[in-house]
Amino acid sequence: MDIQFILSLITAIFIGGVAGYLGSLMITKKMALVGGPLGHLALPGVALALIYHYDIFLGALLSIAAGAAVIWFLGTKTKLSMEALTGVVFAAGVALGFLILPLSRAKEALIGDITKIGLIDTSLAIILGLAVFLLIKKIYSNMILAGISEDLARTGGVNVKKYNFIYLVCIALIVALEVKIVGILFTVALLVIPAAASRNFSRTLSRYSSGALVIGIISAILGILFFKLSGFPAGPLIILTGTLIFIISLFFKK
Amino acid sequence: MEDVVLKVKNLNVEFGDEKIIEDLSFQVKRGEFFIILGANGAGKTTLFKALLGLIPYKGEIIFDLKNLKIGYLPERLSRAKFKELPISIKEFYKFKEDSIEKISEMLKFVGLKEQKFLEREPGSLSSGQFQRMLIGWVLLGDPQILFFDEPTTGIDIGGEETIYFLLQKIWQEKKLTILLITHDLNVVYGYSTNVLCLYKKGLCSGPPREVLTPELLERLYGSKIKFYKHIH
Repeated sequence: MDIQFILSLITAIFIGGVAGYLGSLMITKKMALVGGPLGHLALPGVALALIYHYDIFLGALLSIAAGAAVIWFLGTKTKLSMEALTGVVFAAGVALGFLILPLSRAKEALIGDITKIGLIDTSLAIILGLAVFLLIKKIYSNMILAGISEDLARTGGVNVKKYNFIYLVCIALIVALEVKIVGILFTVALLVIPAAASRNFSRTLSRYSSGALVIGIISAILGILFFKLSGFPAGPLIILTGTLIFIISLFFKK
Repeated sequence: MEDVVLKVKNLNVEFGDEKIIEDLSFQVKRGEFFIILGANGAGKTTLFKALLGLIPYKGEIIFDLKNLKIGYLPERLSRAKFKELPISIKEFYKFKEDSIEKISEMLKFVGLKEQKFLEREPGSLSSGQFQRMLIGWVLLGDPQILFFDEPTTGIDIGGEETIYFLLQKIWQEKKLTILLITHDLNVVYGYSTNVLCLYKKGLCSGPPREVLTPELLERLYGSKIKFYKHIH
């Protein structure tokens, strides 16, 4: 087995697992679909990274951060809902991205390309993946409590605003990391599918969150093995493997 | 002098241009069962939120308690929210308390005796059981002062009585200070030591049998209200 394959496998395991874990929290907060527009917002940055040959992750992260800042800024200027503003900004971001995206590399930006993963990507995935995992683990129960009742969490001494900020930064980091594996089109899938499948298997919070992590990892491993065997792109294969696990989970629904 | 645990002076709360609470002053003594009475929209929940520091206010709110620990049960915490979550009662209680023994003890205290309740999902309880489960959760971590906002909303009449009975048991056995929002006059006469009738400035304050005159109740609720004092 070549080094590049092993690096891409490790990267996918870390990102897939942590995305599943983070997604389990997002589903309970009814924020599962946020990962979609955020991923799409990465396109202008990814396009620039491809043109000027710098790291796609960096391009994606800067682009998402810039998009989030614009949404926040517009929010202070109008009375429109965050949802509407996100719609406007993400559509504009995607359109802008397509204007500058070199068409020869469109596939890499849209659905990811694990054959481009190197040592730096793997190191980033391990370090940032672990950091996000530990942060989310730390805030998990208080975020659930705040979801049940923000007042209840605040009287218990939880700084809800701070926790929300940490949570959003974690989402942005994971979405940006995902781009390399599944492209900007599928960022939402790694967040939602493992958690949705795990929900069907679980009646307790610990089983649900750890289940989402494990299903995320299994989807990543199987998806990449199928890629090795079939030659089809790894991103869609990882998503389809997750979908298959989700379908199986329906028979175990608790 | 009996010690005062909560002192409120010239409290004002506004939402935009609307004054919800105006120049309200009152105090709560240690170990009191203090009821806040008022019609819908009188500002009862707003008062609680101000006392708990959840919304901005003007005026003074002073808690005279060392290592202040507050227990709060908000209004209408719905079972529906819990139904969406894969969570056991044990896990929900673990947000506040690590010891399984203490968790089991608390569940027993609120009347959820059997061991099976530890693994049950809160969303699968009956409305009365659910509310008792929440009251137990509020009591975890040994709070000194408790805030209950209409804890019997949405519970059938039989269930209501057991909830109030439980609150009285907490008050008597744990010797805690309890502030309770209700519009149920039965509870006011049956359990409270002091009552605050709220309509912006506060219409009355004192022991219920002294301050709740028919005229005042009419002003408080805006229409003729029929109520006969219980004679024990």
